[in-house]
Amino acid sequence: MLAALALVAAGCGRQGPAGSAEEPLTVSAAASLAEAFGRYGEGFKGGSPRFSFAGSDELAAQIRQGARPDVYAAANTKLPGALHREGLVERPVTFTTNALVLAVPADSEIDALSDLERPGVDLVVGSPSVPVGSYTREVLSRLGAQRAGRILARVRSQEPDVKGVVAKLVAGAADAGFVYRSDVVAAGGRLRALVLPERLRPQAAYAAAVVRGGDRPELARRFVAGLRSGRGARILRAAGFGPPPQ
Amino acid sequence: MRALRPFDALVTLALALALCFLTLPVVAIFAGTRPGELVASLGEPGVLDALSLSLKATLAALVVIVVVGAPAAYVLATRSFRGRSAVITLVELPLVLPPAVAGIALLAALGPQGLLGGWLEDAGVRLVFETAGVIVALVFVAAPFFLSQAQAAFSAVDHTWLEASRTLGASEARTFLSVMVPSALPGLLSGLALAWGRALGEFGATLIFAGSLSGVTQTTPLAIYELFATDLTAALALSAVLVAISGALLLSVKLVGGRVAPGLLAR
Repeated sequence: MLAALALVAAGCGRQGPAGSAEEPLTVSAAASLAEAFGRYGEGFKGGSPRFSFAGSDELAAQIRQGARPDVYAAANTKLPGALHREGLVERPVTFTTNALVLAVPADSEIDALSDLERPGVDLVVGSPSVPVGSYTREVLSRLGAQRAGRILARVRSQEPDVKGVVAKLVAGAADAGFVYRSDVVAAGGRLRALVLPERLRPQAAYAAAVVRGGDRPELARRFVAGLRSGRGARILRAAGFGPPPQ
Repeated sequence: MRALRPFDALVTLALALALCFLTLPVVAIFAGTRPGELVASLGEPGVLDALSLSLKATLAALVVIVVVGAPAAYVLATRSFRGRSAVITLVELPLVLPPAVAGIALLAALGPQGLLGGWLEDAGVRLVFETAGVIVALVFVAAPFFLSQAQAAFSAVDHTWLEASRTLGASEARTFLSVMVPSALPGLLSGLALAWGRALGEFGATLIFAGSLSGVTQTTPLAIYELFATDLTAALALSAVLVAISGALLLSVKLVGGRVAPGLLAR
């Protein structure tokens, strides 16, 4: 019985002959990388990868539960580092950085962080476990407990990933949200980014790693290497990402 | 005893296959959870809030669904009018909408910049980021389950009873309440159970339309999704609690529905 089920599942699953050239890479990547990776994947030699975009924390949880994409790319260095220590991925490569910004609809009157303390402002943030949410709390904690408390009181939704925050802003449901600069670039004029003061800015570095147990580690390594330099790096810069830290 | 015929063997095999496939994931939830963890998970921040919000919001949604849905289904089942099939198709449409589409559609209709957004704002009604928005999302996705079951239940009521009631001089309203509703009760209850189950499990439309904030809009499925990333044990335990509640609901409604025999009509 179960054997029959397994057979059906295997038929639908990704069980091709080892190293078959036609099988595309599978890449689990942070939601904020969606646009840039989509472009990078289109011209990737070795075939367009299949992408799964979600919160970096959800993707890491899937890998811990036995999911085996070929590449994992996160919006921080912490999650790939933890998976590396657990023996699940190869050594992570820090390949880019991003800036956390306060995003508002293009026609918004909100002009500064202090405007968030006004009553009636609907603020949307990432949930604490997703990188964008943890960066957001880092920024707010640097404002001091009082101001942070006043701003956190405006939070109306904690989204599972950064694209959820973007969607609430673009739909006009929220007045402001903490997202990445690259998300505002991707929103193409519908959102405006308020740059945070330097002393508040968190270091948002992205790391990618080849997942152990895949059948084409060489191709996966080439995908990761191309993010740090060459075509992938150029696409990332154009999408609003910064160079990797020295 | 006759030998098992090949056809019997095949259909039995199909049933066994369906049973294994449909129960295995549920069994796995409980296999992965120790009773101690289950209790401990209830102490995780936000978990009790999520469970209580789920119960409150689904109950409120069910009240709306029954109060509006039962008479609406009655009309569809007992009157013939032009465009009836079109109306039935339209009210059942949310059944086939992906939850994410339902959420976006609700935003486009009732969000601050939606079709009725300005009108709602003038009326002082806020739905996005509010528990009321969760209830609206639940009604939208769950109501069609009740509507289609209730309509089938009303249609199945023997029309001679209806006519008898009218002949005896009962008003239309009285006939509806004392003849139609009792005789259709098993079907109405099973529709209610389906709608409740769908509402309890709602995820995508709630997240997109109402958001996710503990105690306000974060229902149990949203809390489970958040826990999955940080604490799989707690996510499994909360899933087990939700399965137990939904299972108990389904079972009790089935039992009640089984006991409510057409004998009730005799009154």
